[in-house]
Amino acid sequence: MIFYLLRRILYTIPIALGVSLICFMLVHIAPGDPINAIAPPDAPLDVVAQLKHEYGLDKPLPVQFSIWLIHVAQGDLGHSLVTGRSVWEELKDAIGNTLRLSLVAATIGFFLGSVFGATAAAFRGTWIDRTLVALAVTGVSLPHYWLGMVLVVIFAVLLNILPAMGAGPGGMAWIWDWEHMQFLILPAVTLSAIPMGIITRTVRGIVVEVLNQDFVTTLRGKGLLKSHIFTHVLKNVAPSASAVMGLQLGYLMGGSILVETVFSWPGTGLLLNNAIFQRDIPMLQGTILVLAMLFVSLNLIVDLIQTTLDPRIKRS
Amino acid sequence: MNDATTQRLDNPNESAPVNKAISTNKSRGYWQGVALRLSRDKTTIVFCVILFLMLLAILFGPLLSSHDPFEGDMMGRLKPIGFEGYVLGTDELGRDMLTRLLYGGRISWFLGITPVVVAFSIGGLLGVIAGFEGGWINTMIMRITDVFFAFPSVLLAVAISGALGGGVFNVILSLTLVFIPPIIRVAEAVTTSVRELDYVEAARASGASNFIIIREHVLPNVLGPIFVYATSLVSVSMILAAGLSFLGLGTKPPDAEWGLMLNTLRTAIYTQPLITILPGFCIFMTSICFNMVSDGLRSAMDVRT
Repeated sequence: MIFYLLRRILYTIPIALGVSLICFMLVHIAPGDPINAIAPPDAPLDVVAQLKHEYGLDKPLPVQFSIWLIHVAQGDLGHSLVTGRSVWEELKDAIGNTLRLSLVAATIGFFLGSVFGATAAAFRGTWIDRTLVALAVTGVSLPHYWLGMVLVVIFAVLLNILPAMGAGPGGMAWIWDWEHMQFLILPAVTLSAIPMGIITRTVRGIVVEVLNQDFVTTLRGKGLLKSHIFTHVLKNVAPSASAVMGLQLGYLMGGSILVETVFSWPGTGLLLNNAIFQRDIPMLQGTILVLAMLFVSLNLIVDLIQTTLDPRIKRS
Repeated sequence: MNDATTQRLDNPNESAPVNKAISTNKSRGYWQGVALRLSRDKTTIVFCVILFLMLLAILFGPLLSSHDPFEGDMMGRLKPIGFEGYVLGTDELGRDMLTRLLYGGRISWFLGITPVVVAFSIGGLLGVIAGFEGGWINTMIMRITDVFFAFPSVLLAVAISGALGGGVFNVILSLTLVFIPPIIRVAEAVTTSVRELDYVEAARASGASNFIIIREHVLPNVLGPIFVYATSLVSVSMILAAGLSFLGLGTKPPDAEWGLMLNTLRTAIYTQPLITILPGFCIFMTSICFNMVSDGLRSAMDVRT
């Protein structure tokens, strides 16, 4: 067990390196000389040359990569071309906002998905099952940015009961009161559609499979109450379901860019959107790197938790 | 095919209950079974028909329309649905919505389907090679794949598109890169399971070359599952492609494309909310149809992934 955990942690290192390499290459696949991504276009030539030397752009790529990696390891993600502030400074608050949004969205999605999935499995073959499965397919097929606009039309334009954009008064300061929370509702519900769909499908699949296993038949034969059988089924479903949920949380954090754009939610997505719009490549690179690293760590944590929850898992 | 089968196929009266025909008629091939199961799956057929109608509409609809998709009328901006001469109203520049939605479908479908087709060819090839060869080739291909899996797909698409800049080609390139790794994984998994089967062993023992084994014994057995998986990606691809355009990374105005239209119409969300959400509805319809057809194919072909 310890051996497995250690190996799993060690295995993350080459992945993290690969992720850094891809992020590093983003500057180099951008059209034009990479120095244009770092220096403002109107910089004098000697400044450009000095910057080139400073960033090691006059050295071969592998050397550049190691220099960049050392910078990153020290928390230096470069500077935004637009504001001139360090990328990390810009990112700090945005990450908090994205995390808050995706955690709330994930909670809604997980709750609905588990309830829908388990209900569909319990009533499999009936109209209840078919309705819930249709709902799940709809959730997965919805372009979430469009769902966001539809919700804005319904709740902000037609009914005028919820705000359409922003994160509430007070700029970055967040308080869990209604004044702020009302801004969170629409984007969070929008984001929760996809995990709702995926988790409904997953939970339904696993529960149906477990219900067909011999031990459930035995429990039924023993005359156990339905609620007791349910507890047994739940124990068997929890590990794989939680793994899917963990992954979905990661997808939400990385995938909230479109929804954040629709609602002008001041998170990493809006930051990315602005960076793309202003061709602020260091900002783009830094944000992607941090989000991808969060996703990698989340994957690791999910895996470790799953292994602890379910001792049957002994992967080679 | 023996004479008895030919007769039975030619003479539908003889093939009594259909489900019986599947189990008793041993000489009926796998694909005939798939076709039979599909033909009895009403839901899938309905969604297939809707998809086909949409395809006809975006291919031939623009030819029938009397409006120009790019020519607006500043006096006739944001007319409501059903306004005289404009079945679905007009957009923020006074262009006919219906015409633009039909034109937009062409680019949106192209942007959504092309990456999956390209990724299916490249990812399928790499995955089959990795699965069949095993050893260090497998390790190399699969470890590189793992790195791409460390990115949520939306993030990877946005990262590559964002760095490359906008444009149709860049959207296709970035989405292709997003879909190659998952296809490699599926292709590698099914190939690995087929490689160990007895008939592959037998072919090897009788001296068949790797090329022949892959062509004759591996591909026919792995292409189906990989294809089904690829069809399930079309829906995601449509959403992502339109999403990149929505972010301003796809086509540029005044082109008609559903994601881009959705973005430019956002300014009109308080004046004509219904018109604003029309392009997104088209994306949603396409995406759900592809999802349902893919699900139908999966159960008809009895693929488990």
